Amino acid sequence: MKRYLFIVLFLFAGIANASVLEVGVTAKWKTIRSAIQAATSGDTVRILPGIYREGNLVIQKPITLLGIDYPVLDGEDRVEILTIAASNVAIVGLRLINTGVGSINDISAINAIESKYLRVIRNQFENTFFGIHLANSSHCTIEGNILHSNAEAEHQIGNGIHAWKCDSILIRNNQISGHRDGIYFEFVTNSIVERNNSHHNMRYGLHFMFSHNDIYQHNVFKSNGAGVAVMYTKGVTMRYNHFLENWGSSSYGLLLKDIGESHITHNHFIKNTIAVYMEGCSRSEFEYNTFQENGWAIKLQANCDANVFAKNNFLSNTFDMSTNGSLVLNKVDANYWDKYKGYDLNKDQIGDVPFHPVSLYSMVVGKMPSAVMLWRSFLVYMLDRTEEVIPSITPENLKDNRPSMRSYKDI
Amino acid sequence: MIKIGKYIIYDILRNRFVIAYTFFLLLVTLSMFSLESDPGKSTISILNIALLVVPLVSIVFTTIHFYNSYDFMEMLLAQPVQRKTIYFAEYFSVAIALSVAFLIGVAVPLCIFNFNESSVYLILVGLMLTFIFVALALMASVATRDKARATGVALLFWFYFAIIYDGIVLYVIYSFSDYPLEKATLSMVSLNPIDLARIVILLKLDVSAMMGYTGAFYQDFFGSGGGILYSIFVMTLWAFLPLMIAMRRFCTKDI
Amino acid sequence: MISIKELSKSYGKLSVLKSVTLDFVKGNSYAIIGPNGSGKTTLIKSILGLVIPNSGAIEVKGHSIQNDWSYRRDIGYMPQIGHYPDQMRIGQLFDMVKDLRSDFMNADDDLMREFKLNEVKDKRMHTLSGGTRQKVSAALAFLFHPPILILDEPTAGLDPMAAEALKEKIAVERNNNRTFLITSHVLSDLDELTTEMVYLEEGRVLFHDSIELLKEATGEIKLARAVATIMRDKKNSNQHV
Repeated sequence: MKRYLFIVLFLFAGIANASVLEVGVTAKWKTIRSAIQAATSGDTVRILPGIYREGNLVIQKPITLLGIDYPVLDGEDRVEILTIAASNVAIVGLRLINTGVGSINDISAINAIESKYLRVIRNQFENTFFGIHLANSSHCTIEGNILHSNAEAEHQIGNGIHAWKCDSILIRNNQISGHRDGIYFEFVTNSIVERNNSHHNMRYGLHFMFSHNDIYQHNVFKSNGAGVAVMYTKGVTMRYNHFLENWGSSSYGLLLKDIGESHITHNHFIKNTIAVYMEGCSRSEFEYNTFQENGWAIKLQANCDANVFAKNNFLSNTFDMSTNGSLVLNKVDANYWDKYKGYDLNKDQIGDVPFHPVSLYSMVVGKMPSAVMLWRSFLVYMLDRTEEVIPSITPENLKDNRPSMRSYKDI
Repeated sequence: MIKIGKYIIYDILRNRFVIAYTFFLLLVTLSMFSLESDPGKSTISILNIALLVVPLVSIVFTTIHFYNSYDFMEMLLAQPVQRKTIYFAEYFSVAIALSVAFLIGVAVPLCIFNFNESSVYLILVGLMLTFIFVALALMASVATRDKARATGVALLFWFYFAIIYDGIVLYVIYSFSDYPLEKATLSMVSLNPIDLARIVILLKLDVSAMMGYTGAFYQDFFGSGGGILYSIFVMTLWAFLPLMIAMRRFCTKDI
Repeated sequence: MISIKELSKSYGKLSVLKSVTLDFVKGNSYAIIGPNGSGKTTLIKSILGLVIPNSGAIEVKGHSIQNDWSYRRDIGYMPQIGHYPDQMRIGQLFDMVKDLRSDFMNADDDLMREFKLNEVKDKRMHTLSGGTRQKVSAALAFLFHPPILILDEPTAGLDPMAAEALKEKIAVERNNNRTFLITSHVLSDLDELTTEMVYLEEGRVLFHDSIELLKEATGEIKLARAVATIMRDKKNSNQHV
């Protein structure tokens, strides 16, 4: 108790000591740079509306930059705008535009190196190469920012929110569009990405590698060049996300490569060319997801094993599942398949005959994409029916033994 | 032509076979909508029926009707009319009568239960297939005096376009799967009116099916106004060419 | 009226008409007879333009019928067996044919009245007997006062009353200076109806003469006997040679 009291008193003391430094044409400080120089730990630099062209600003002490009505910090297509090399820094309410473009350096609007407890809140980023770049940082919060760029090709643009070797990061409520990858993680652990909207990025809406034990929830990934791709990671939790309208020959709602021990639940995959593409994945669970109006709901390469697909809804997909081998070591159980034509005599809402989600034609198209022109032709219909009766090419043991008669609601 | 045609149409519309065809289509369409809660899926099922049944009925009925009308045509040809006139009267009355059956059996329920762009295309395509296969059947009919042989040839046309052709396409795709085949498959599609009809509608109906690389190519082509015009043009050609070939034959043949 | 020059027609290897040359003079009435397969029907169909000849020429009223269709305005044709669309009513058939010849006013409905076709004009074709259909065909042939009438087995299938009525009609029209071409197996009918005879055998015109001369030459009173006699003579003379 005494200890808590001490902390509270200390905080009050901190507030009492902190001062506010105002920057603006009519204010005491005319430049942000001079205000930052004058500030001491815990101070707030209050930036009034206006356009500030001050090149690169380096923050090396725990202060807050607070923008009033979004003052503009213009990098004039040359420089990195804010470099943060201290902990407990907060950047609030700024509008950061026109960073330089670099092919060797990752020039960003906000670049944090070895920073702890950084908070980047309610800022706007326009035409930046990288938006927010974190390296070797931890316990940072990135919240409520809007990042938008207008690149025409992948190599002309960096990522929206880019984190490298970080831990315990919270990324929440951001909107990211027009970057290379919306959110990019490499060696980032124990972090949470939630309620973000990453759309119309050149490459991936979300892209991570070697980032274990992170949680992704309630995000929307829509119309990104290649959807979402995650690789070489264990312990991923993805839930309540929407993967929408990722169309194209190499576009995926969610591409999983070498992912293990992960939980992918309660997500919606709607109108993707390939909703989920899995390669080298193992021991992961897919439950309560809805796959709707996709070209392929799940493309499962034969090198995946011990994954479980249970209680998902498959609605109006061209192909529910396809695979490239005959040996399948994954479990498919109790899903709802709208293509299921079986019966349920004992009325327990479980179909009495198994459902085979892999059709012959889906395997044909997998091998020969041009064969898609025969979709829904009588020939294909006959081939599929024949294969259902006498399976010869499709994997016999890839089947749902307890198909649900009803779709799962409210998931 | 219209003077003769209106009487023939009147005659065909009271034909038992055509009435049965109308009711069959109506029954199928209505049951698709009552069994399936999603009208989009019903439309797909109706499409499957339409792509098979419309060409089959068109081709069989036209051949039978042509031979049953042989003596009547002979009587008409003894009148002061051109052969062309009688030929076109026969073609258009059969095609229009079957189209009326299709409109009543498919178009009306479709417009009531699921009126949208894809339904309009389905109706348009059904009508075009009717006109195409009536023309193909006439081409088989004028070639020989033997009713059985003409019916056989006409059925072979149907079998070829509905099934065999797709088998050939699949074989070609399989044999040349290492090469880019988009343009080649596009031209193969143009060589079969049933395939063309199917793809035009599927791109309107369930886009997801066509979203691979090849799909995107088709989407770009058929999704554009130019692609639609191209399809209509090719299908018109598919009706026009057999019609003209058969007409030349009809005008110089012994009745 | 109709002149046929060197007309030949073959179906594949089968030669049906072999260089037939004939002249049908206006106002005359011709019986065209011959055994089955002798080319009678093909000859008639050639005149009607239904059959396209391999060689030779046909002129009607001095104009070649090749690539022409308007000359059929001058021809009334009664086929051997009339087939009409099943669901068509008699009245509709007449309306349609009148439509096709819309340039023609005041149709000749003698036969329609004679056969009482007006009373059954709402009947559908498939409900009619063969005889009634023949009546319809006959009435249609005479409908437009055609200068040329081609009748293929006109009395076959008709009841005696109707056959008599038709014969009377033919007699009346012969006096109106119309040209008739009639085929029939009933030679006694032809005896009454025709003045000239064309005998076809294996695609050739075996002979073509007036019936009066024929009877005189053979000394027979009936056409049937006269034909039989002349056929016998021909055969004998062939054998003697």
